[in-house]
Amino acid sequence: MKVVPMENEIIIEVQNLTKTFGKFTAVDNISFTVKKGEVFGLLGPNGAGKSTTLRMLSTLARPTKGAATIGGYDIVKNDTGVRKMIGIVSEKMIMYDRLTAKENLWFFGSLFNIPKDVLTKRIDELLELVELTKWKNVQVGTFSTGMRQRMNVVRSLLNLPQVLFLDEPTLGLDPQSSVEIRDFIKKLNRENGTTVVITTHMMIDADLMCDRIAIVDHGKIVALDTPSNLKKLISGADTTILKLDIANLTSELIETVRALKCADSVTQENSTTLKILVHGDEAFDSVIDAIRVKNGKITSMENLQPTLEDVFLHITGHQVRDSADQKIKMEKHGPFARQQRRIR
Amino acid sequence: MSYMGAKTLLSHSFRIAWKDTMELFRNKMMLVMLILMPLFMMVMVGFIYSSDASMSNVPIALANQDSGYGDSMVGSQTFTTVLQQINNSTGMMKLSSVSSVDEIKTLVQNGEIDGGIVVPSNFTESILSGQQGTIIIITDQSNPQMSATIQAVLASVFDQMGTMLAQQNVMGLNSSVNYSNSIAIVKPYTVTTEGIVDGSATYFDFIAPGIMAMTVMMSVMTGLPAAISQEKEVGTLDGMMVAPINRLSIILGKTLAQTARGLLQGAIILGLAVGLFGVTIHGSILLVFGLLLLGVFSFVGLGIVLTSFAKDQETATMMMTMLMFPMMFLSGVFFPVAQMPWFMQGIASFLPLTYVSTALRKVMVLGAEIPAISTELMILIAFGAVMIAIAVPVFRRAMTR
Repeated sequence: MKVVPMENEIIIEVQNLTKTFGKFTAVDNISFTVKKGEVFGLLGPNGAGKSTTLRMLSTLARPTKGAATIGGYDIVKNDTGVRKMIGIVSEKMIMYDRLTAKENLWFFGSLFNIPKDVLTKRIDELLELVELTKWKNVQVGTFSTGMRQRMNVVRSLLNLPQVLFLDEPTLGLDPQSSVEIRDFIKKLNRENGTTVVITTHMMIDADLMCDRIAIVDHGKIVALDTPSNLKKLISGADTTILKLDIANLTSELIETVRALKCADSVTQENSTTLKILVHGDEAFDSVIDAIRVKNGKITSMENLQPTLEDVFLHITGHQVRDSADQKIKMEKHGPFARQQRRIR
Repeated sequence: MSYMGAKTLLSHSFRIAWKDTMELFRNKMMLVMLILMPLFMMVMVGFIYSSDASMSNVPIALANQDSGYGDSMVGSQTFTTVLQQINNSTGMMKLSSVSSVDEIKTLVQNGEIDGGIVVPSNFTESILSGQQGTIIIITDQSNPQMSATIQAVLASVFDQMGTMLAQQNVMGLNSSVNYSNSIAIVKPYTVTTEGIVDGSATYFDFIAPGIMAMTVMMSVMTGLPAAISQEKEVGTLDGMMVAPINRLSIILGKTLAQTARGLLQGAIILGLAVGLFGVTIHGSILLVFGLLLLGVFSFVGLGIVLTSFAKDQETATMMMTMLMFPMMFLSGVFFPVAQMPWFMQGIASFLPLTYVSTALRKVMVLGAEIPAISTELMILIAFGAVMIAIAVPVFRRAMTR
């Protein structure tokens, strides 16, 4: 059943939301709205303030300043109202290793005052949906990372939320599990009309899933639009991306290109490949001339479709990976990591 | 709070307590520790401090070198008879006969005996000629406690012998005094000790209530912050926090689970104390568990406050240890508060554990009823109520930062 959302009906409204930790401003005066049935992405490196924004919207953290409403409920004054209509999937797995899949869902479901028979039926349906029925009486501590993340997602659906918040849902997953989760969320959005707000530093997630994307850097929204409109920012009439293979690439050659007026940014992809964001009518000629003058041997040249990564680079002046990669650690692996003790 | 609100609060608390308990019972290692911890505690503390109970069958050699006075060996005969009589009733020594002092010295050096008793050759002679009879104790100087014990036993042997001798002398002096009264002439004053309940209390009777109180306190004060900060770190706390439940049900549920765990441990200690260490409970068992529950009530506020301040599990554990240690030693769990210097007694009077262990001791050892412990009950209720009144708003604030 396709639920057609009312055109432009706003479900989340964020106004001047700010969160400071001591002197550090994690979220800096951001405002945006999310429409009903939309998949809205917050894209940015770790530490940009995406997760903090999500925690405030899901009533887990209090804003220092500003306000937000979800479905008309104020996130501070009527947090219970908000909690009834949202679900969260955090980057940490919200489940108890020593309880079985069914017990976990039963526990969290019972906190929502869902009638017993309804809950029992719903748990079975949800487990079926993510193909975990076979494992329902097995302790989740023995599950693989992919299975755990599927559990983590269905847990958030127990109260049939109208708004689903996902914090880095594909973090630490193998490509196949990532695809599964992405498809599942898309399906949920398409078939149930669930509004989805997702944070990610993965360009591919944002590009494939989101209707609109807010690019967040240093606690501020620096751009907000649909993925294709964002890409148009750098592939308009004036700007384009060149990919050049140069057989005898040297750092001197890179500096020469970087010094060109028409080159906005230059990145070295590998030992022979350069990616150059250029603007202006004469850009092609200027770049080729400059390389030829230095006796650079161009073996191939391509005019690339821009990716969100290029957009991010263009807008913020640095790459997402710069700050993101260092922080992604796979903490959940290994036989000991999983058997953590909860009760002491 | 409305009736419905209270009902949902409780039902959510029970769900959370159920979840915590399930996790505990699936953790085999934790379960074993849960039972072993109180056992270790009882065994260690009990045996370290109870010195007399552990002394039995100490190997002692007896060298009787008495050469007698004329044909009579009456001195050494009386001595050995009385010594054996006393030893048979206490079972403290394992006596063996040797012939010389040198033999005793060799045996002590070899570690085969712990000491020796020598009756010198002039023992009977001295007594019968109106002089003092001397007994020599040969001690193992590497074990000073042992020699003190042997001396104490010999003192009571001589006391008994002296009395017997004096009784005979008195009878000889005046035949109109009958035998049963002669003791009153020899020893006109005597002391007997009588407790207010039957039987004699051992050190186990003293520490069992204290250890019970302490274990329950520990499970609430360390268990509660550890359990919550653990869930905070792993991230599962968020799952409860985004559910439309009262924040109080989280803390209430956790407290229920920890209390059940504490009472279970308390019951184990009680079982061990009665079954293994011969402790007798003179008061009502129901009152004992009621007191433990009241103890939980008085500690829980403090536990919640600490939970609110602890950012992660490590900090929580550190804070707990810092508080627990002085509590353990100042609250009269191991040593009576009355033995402490005045300033420590002052500190002890501020610790709820002091009142729980005092009240428990009164009930278990002295068979006290509620009126006798009303002061302690009042202090515990007041302390608990004040701490909870402080803790609830602090916890609410801390949970949503």
